[in-house]
Amino acid sequence: MAKVTIDGIEIEVEDGTTILQAARKIGGKVVPPAMCYYGPLKGSGGKCRVCLVKVTQGSAKDTRPMPKLVASCITQVQDGMVVENTTNEEVLNARKGIVEMLLINHPLDCPICDQAGECNLQDLSYEHGVSAQRYEEDRRTFNKVDLGPYIQLHMTRCILCYRCVYTADQITAKRVHGVLGRGDAAEIGTYIENVIDNDFSGNVIDVCPVGALTDKTWRFKNRVWFTKPMDAHRDCPTCSGKVTLWTRGEEVLRVTARKDQYNEVEEFICNTCRFDKKEVSDWTIEGPRHIDSSSVISANHYELPVINVPIVPNLPTSTKKNLPQE
Amino acid sequence: MGLKILTEHINVPGIETLEVYRKHGGYKSVEKAIKTMSPEEVVEEVKTSGLRGRGGAGFPTGMKWSFLAKPEGVPRYLVCNADESEPGTFKDRWFMEKNPHALIEGMITSSYALGANTSYIYIRGELLFVLRILEKAIAEAYAAGLLGKNILGSGYDLDLHVAPGGGAYICGEETALLESLEGKRGNPRNKPPFPAVKGLFQSPTVVNNVETIASVPWIVNNTGAEYAKIGIGRSTGTKLISASGNINNPGVYEIELGVPVEEFIYSDQYCGGIWKGKQLKAVVPGGSSVPILPANLILKTATGEDRLMSYESLSDGGFVSGSMLGSGAFIVFDEDQCIVRNTWNYARFYHHESCGQCSPCREGTGWMEKVLHRIEYGHGHQQDIDLLVSVSKQIEGNTICPLGDAAAWPVASAIRHFRHEFEWHINNPKEATAPGAVYRGQLDAVTA
Repeated sequence: MAKVTIDGIEIEVEDGTTILQAARKIGGKVVPPAMCYYGPLKGSGGKCRVCLVKVTQGSAKDTRPMPKLVASCITQVQDGMVVENTTNEEVLNARKGIVEMLLINHPLDCPICDQAGECNLQDLSYEHGVSAQRYEEDRRTFNKVDLGPYIQLHMTRCILCYRCVYTADQITAKRVHGVLGRGDAAEIGTYIENVIDNDFSGNVIDVCPVGALTDKTWRFKNRVWFTKPMDAHRDCPTCSGKVTLWTRGEEVLRVTARKDQYNEVEEFICNTCRFDKKEVSDWTIEGPRHIDSSSVISANHYELPVINVPIVPNLPTSTKKNLPQE
Repeated sequence: MGLKILTEHINVPGIETLEVYRKHGGYKSVEKAIKTMSPEEVVEEVKTSGLRGRGGAGFPTGMKWSFLAKPEGVPRYLVCNADESEPGTFKDRWFMEKNPHALIEGMITSSYALGANTSYIYIRGELLFVLRILEKAIAEAYAAGLLGKNILGSGYDLDLHVAPGGGAYICGEETALLESLEGKRGNPRNKPPFPAVKGLFQSPTVVNNVETIASVPWIVNNTGAEYAKIGIGRSTGTKLISASGNINNPGVYEIELGVPVEEFIYSDQYCGGIWKGKQLKAVVPGGSSVPILPANLILKTATGEDRLMSYESLSDGGFVSGSMLGSGAFIVFDEDQCIVRNTWNYARFYHHESCGQCSPCREGTGWMEKVLHRIEYGHGHQQDIDLLVSVSKQIEGNTICPLGDAAAWPVASAIRHFRHEFEWHINNPKEATAPGAVYRGQLDAVTA
């Protein structure tokens, strides 16, 4: 067991736990954001750099601070480690800088994007972004690509988190898509325009933190905040059959896996459940699903109607600050 | 000329053949090490020698070797990093081309010291002709019993392979190199675990530069203590410098570390002065990724001492008024060179070579390149200079591998030392974009 202090809060965790996991055990504001790390996927993390934190004391034995900010999702805790996340100005500024980098080539087309309302990047930029923008060049654009009958890839929105690549690697037998090219010309592709075709391919939509991979059976049907998430299950021969239905009235508009407060799926579901079972009669409804992630949809008004809910509840103070001027 | 360790016999005709190489004392270190020394003794000699990594970072080689994990039943690997692609660096290519056996001898001795039975030379994809030279030399060494099973009857086995890369700068980063060697996409790995614990094929691995490995035979032959006498302070030994730019005699020079920079630029046995007798404007002393220094700061440190060609002296003053020895690519600029254009050129390189894995580097390198392009072509705004500084700070230190830092430093240092020139470009777009136009005003005073 190792004792770590994160933002002044002490917690004891198993050896080998990452700083991010330890922070999630504490919960609340001390949890660093994560755009590429995804708990159920082995090897993910370390790429987006938004989870950078400052380690002010390496361990009880070696009390020196770590020279650079470290990615909390891949750095393991040591006994006696002291970590600063929201209490460290350097961390908050670095994070602002990285959010700006993530956004310079993002189209910011949230009004027409299906992911809006449940988008990790949207949340991240609300909480850690800056209001002004300094990038004046042309943004990187790509054509939309259909990856088979169910999935559409819109690379323009992609932040190259590699989650979908890990998903395809780890839960399906044959991965046909990967990252092509390098630098800011890197793109997700199925060399060349292959179809992603297997029973679990739909999960790449669930793991995508932005609107780059979208469900073609759901695209433009409705805004996510108008729909009502319901936990439901069915007897499925291929997967656990435990899903969240997104309904409006009697209509099932979309089916996704159940996600926790960090947008990580509890269990991956199969394509039959996701794309083909769109009738209420296909499912046993368990009741409304509580959404914990900080998006617009987390107002949860379908559970208990409240008057005048702030649209974005409890903005952290870092929202109001800009990057320091040189 | 000073003492030659690496280049003593380099101009002997036929040195690339085993016969001539052995006639000039080649492979003596292999015999000495394998027959009379234990692997630990070789590591100890290298430690005593104070040899530092010649690829750019300057990490003590002996220490790196002693960090190598030695679990039972797991193979260990030595990988030679010959993916030399830093702009301005051409020493390794020249060295391997001229004297392939020197590298192979180093590989055998070093592999023996580390207990590696399979070693790799990862060579840059563009250097296919060097790969052929190396393969020919390796075949000769196999035939002479210097490689393969039971080397020189000692019971030590070593297989040496040459693997070409695909021509990506990022594959010179050691973990990206290992990924590439494993046949995957050349993305740097997250550290820890370090290669010394989990490297090639998840086994303990040491990655060393060509020049580092080629220095090992001399250390074994003449002892580490002798090697430590060469050079100055903690910069021991000799270093190959790839001198290029506006100098009379560009080329590769082997120098004893500690030669004054002024002597290196102006002496006839080295660069031979600035081309056509022009004024020195700036120097990039260690390859494109190290900070650029203006003439006054490259000749003297901020405190007024002579700057020497050594790890310590070149980095004296930190990044405020110093730079780094890096890979030893000494690029000289005369008064007619435009710093803005050069900085843009470097930024373009890093934009092209970023692997695209982590966001600050992927997006930031492209952003800096676009802003510099704008300034160079007369469309810059006054706030662009601060923007560049800010973007470079956002990249620096926040990336997985050092490529982010390497992209940020040249931009930040060019603005630090040549801010007037950037301002002039922005304020006088017409003059600045005229053919051959160069800023000739006052260079920035040093603020230490």
